[in-house]
Amino acid sequence: MNSSETAGLVFGQSVKRVEDFDLLTGRARFVDDLKLPGMLEAAVLRSPHGHAAIRGIDKTAALAMPGVHAVLTLEDFRPHLANDRLIVALPSPAWKIDANRPFLAGKETVHVGEPIALVIADSRYIAEDALALIEVDFDPLPAISDCKAALEPGAPKTHLANPNNLVAEFEVAYGDAAAVFASAPHSFKLSLWQHRGGGHSIECRGAVASWNEMEQNLTLWSSTQTPHAGMRMLVDILGLDDGQVRVITPDVGGGFGPKLCFYQEEAAVAAASRMLGRPIKWIEDRREHFTSTTQERDQYWEVELATDGEGHVLGLRGNMIHDHGAWTARGINVAYEASQAVTMPYDIAAYSMKVRVALTNKVPVSPVRGAGQPQGVFVMERLLDKAARTLGIDRAEIRRRNLIPASKMPFTKPMKTRGGIQVLLDSGDYPKCQQAALDKAGWDGFRARQQAALAEGRYIGIGMANFVKGTGRGPFEGATVRIGTSGKIQVHTGAAAMGQSTKTMMAQVVAEQLGADMENITVTAGDTATIGFGMGGYNSRQAVLAGSAAHLASLVVRKKLLAVASEVLEAAVDDLEIVGSDVRVKGVPDMKMGLRDIAKALAGTPGFRLPAGQSPALEATEQPVIDGMAYANGTAVAEVEIDIETGLVEIHHLTLAHDCGRIINPMIVDGQMVGGAAHGVGNALFEWMGYDENAQPITTNYGEYLLISAPEMPPIDLIHQESPTPLNPLGVKGVGECGVVPTAPAIISAIEDALSPFGLSMTRVPITPAEIAAMIEEAQAK
Amino acid sequence: MTEMRKISVKVNGKAYEAEAEVRMHLADFLRQKLGLTGTHLGCEHGVCGACTILLDGRTARSCLTLAVQVDGHEIMTIEGIADGDTLHPLQEAFRDNHGLQCGFCTPGMLTTLIELLRDNPDPTEEEVRIGISGNLCRCTGYQGIVAAALDAAKRMRALS
Repeated sequence: MNSSETAGLVFGQSVKRVEDFDLLTGRARFVDDLKLPGMLEAAVLRSPHGHAAIRGIDKTAALAMPGVHAVLTLEDFRPHLANDRLIVALPSPAWKIDANRPFLAGKETVHVGEPIALVIADSRYIAEDALALIEVDFDPLPAISDCKAALEPGAPKTHLANPNNLVAEFEVAYGDAAAVFASAPHSFKLSLWQHRGGGHSIECRGAVASWNEMEQNLTLWSSTQTPHAGMRMLVDILGLDDGQVRVITPDVGGGFGPKLCFYQEEAAVAAASRMLGRPIKWIEDRREHFTSTTQERDQYWEVELATDGEGHVLGLRGNMIHDHGAWTARGINVAYEASQAVTMPYDIAAYSMKVRVALTNKVPVSPVRGAGQPQGVFVMERLLDKAARTLGIDRAEIRRRNLIPASKMPFTKPMKTRGGIQVLLDSGDYPKCQQAALDKAGWDGFRARQQAALAEGRYIGIGMANFVKGTGRGPFEGATVRIGTSGKIQVHTGAAAMGQSTKTMMAQVVAEQLGADMENITVTAGDTATIGFGMGGYNSRQAVLAGSAAHLASLVVRKKLLAVASEVLEAAVDDLEIVGSDVRVKGVPDMKMGLRDIAKALAGTPGFRLPAGQSPALEATEQPVIDGMAYANGTAVAEVEIDIETGLVEIHHLTLAHDCGRIINPMIVDGQMVGGAAHGVGNALFEWMGYDENAQPITTNYGEYLLISAPEMPPIDLIHQESPTPLNPLGVKGVGECGVVPTAPAIISAIEDALSPFGLSMTRVPITPAEIAAMIEEAQAK
Repeated sequence: MTEMRKISVKVNGKAYEAEAEVRMHLADFLRQKLGLTGTHLGCEHGVCGACTILLDGRTARSCLTLAVQVDGHEIMTIEGIADGDTLHPLQEAFRDNHGLQCGFCTPGMLTTLIELLRDNPDPTEEEVRIGISGNLCRCTGYQGIVAAALDAAKRMRALS
């Protein structure tokens, strides 16, 4: 990168966030804050059964209630729909069953919480009253809850019409694993169960739809991570033209994955608004979030590692069963990313993971922060711990022997992403990163500390995990940078902001080139009316793709600014600088021209030539295509203490060393890492989305489902390494998910280490105090 | 259930009078009847703390309080913390210490900390963590919030 392009005026600085003032003063605008004239409110009738036939729906009493405007079922909506299914499944040869969701459940419902009807009323209070008056004739059917059981012969079928529950099957593989295992000196087997819960953004989902009869167009405000995809879904479902649908993301109170999916409720309020001619609001409540918003859940892994006598890994193989839920809300991506993440940081010649994806009568699974990659890392790190322990090698040393060395970068992994892109680890020094984490955490001196603690009857342990995370998934994101005739800079992008400081990041990238005044820049993220195409916010991609687009667009605008100023001020371009709202001659601050004047000049004057031979308008749109992913990496080290009477785990300390390429805003990167780590602590110790054998959810409030709170968070040390990626002009890699990926694996490793006097093997996550206490008791009884 | 009551309440120093159903909770009343949408609802069962307001100077969950209960009382919400466009030291500290990301839990964090720092102007880190243990944040991992609270305490002590 040309250093003059990033002089570091604001790029690389911990500048204050542009989002904060409104959020701190109550002036922000979330979707539930919208109030439109004539707006009605919706409540959703949901299935109370894991699996049931719907024989009939009697709406009479509900409709008779004062204040109720409509009760709408699939049959009522159908005449108004061009498509009564949500076709969202990402393409894959792995699919065996088409399980795209219906607009609403019709004759059969397949999970608790599945939407069946929409009540539209004067208020949410009345709408919820009316829900209780709708009589649905359900005929309960056998439901399947566990994904492993779902693939057994004779298991209840999630959907009556399907042949079985195997929705997809694939293998991620390279090298000759069978041959490796046939001759390997050592092999280590593990059976692992892994579970992750939901996204649990503190703001639930929500949407407001407004059909404009006069203009024949629809506006949907939605708390979504993917406004452009939502727009295209509405075009498809409602049979409208692209120009008739606008999707806007107002302030979004967290996403964490589940909000990247398009949901039935968004389509239903849009269709209902068009049918009734009134704006309609639907706001998800927390109970609905537990039963209708996508989650990650269970994976069962049977895995085996082959090594030589010195712990060099020769191969890894196994199979995995993944809980898909009742429908396809996204793709096979969680299972695929999990399988692909396993060997990523290590130089391993042979790999085979056979994956079966099972339908169950539960909420659909889609990515939650990390998207399966924490699970893949858990598999690799558990196996390495087992091999190290058995072979008598230090756990850090066995990793050192297998990490891809910096000298082999860039490193081609003989794998393709789920989109068919070659996996090329672009940059980084993994062993150095690991060493930095170990040094900071005091790894080498830990055994002595552990012995001393044990002598006092205290059980402390240390554990670690390495990860490589694919970030910045392509193919593109766009940004428009425009300097208006007011002199203000507007930035528009299809990237969606949901709390990860996207607007600040974009403003920093633009400000770096255009005057370095953050206050002079306004960023609009996620409004389909302001930019025609966009992908949205997911997969740690905003800075990588939208940031790169904003950077390139800023360079174009900068060039035009300087060309015009050069002509008017009669100065060479190299003698000019952009400071605040002016272009000035260096060293002669009085010789200047305002951005507004240049914007006006390029807006054109009737009959006159544009200045400096420039094209019209002081604006540029760039949509760089970046197919290859930027691979971030890192190492987590956790130190824990366990109360062996109660099984309670206290995390004494967490160390995270990571490399997300060049850092745009250190403060924000720290926040992303720590926030991700908090999610990882929750995944290790707290978050469990439970269902009983009839697929009834049994954790549907925050008394039953535990989110981490402030006292449980350990002190965290962060170490940043910056290996710029050559894949984008900023050299940045994504960071949003990097804190979560290694954290749970490191904590579980530390728990196993703390419990080493009992010889326990930790093979599940999350793990509760009661489970740990029971394991200790069982071990002591032997 | 649908019986209406007239409610007189002072919010952020301003007197309001509005009618509400007796079953309407305070958060909906503030948001829908008074247009004060700064108070957020995250769970509506009293756990997440996003809806926390100050009722006669003490924190209360506005999702678990009925609007009729505040008739004749005084409330402070996030909208009442800053002085016009001048941020309160606590808000400044949140901005400077990255104490918020999506900002959805922030209203409850601020009101909770207003009370905490009033009652304990020089809290330890542990006291802050326990003080906000009834407020869930999914974004920050709490580190920035705790740093902001301690920084705010320092700023506020310097002012007093």
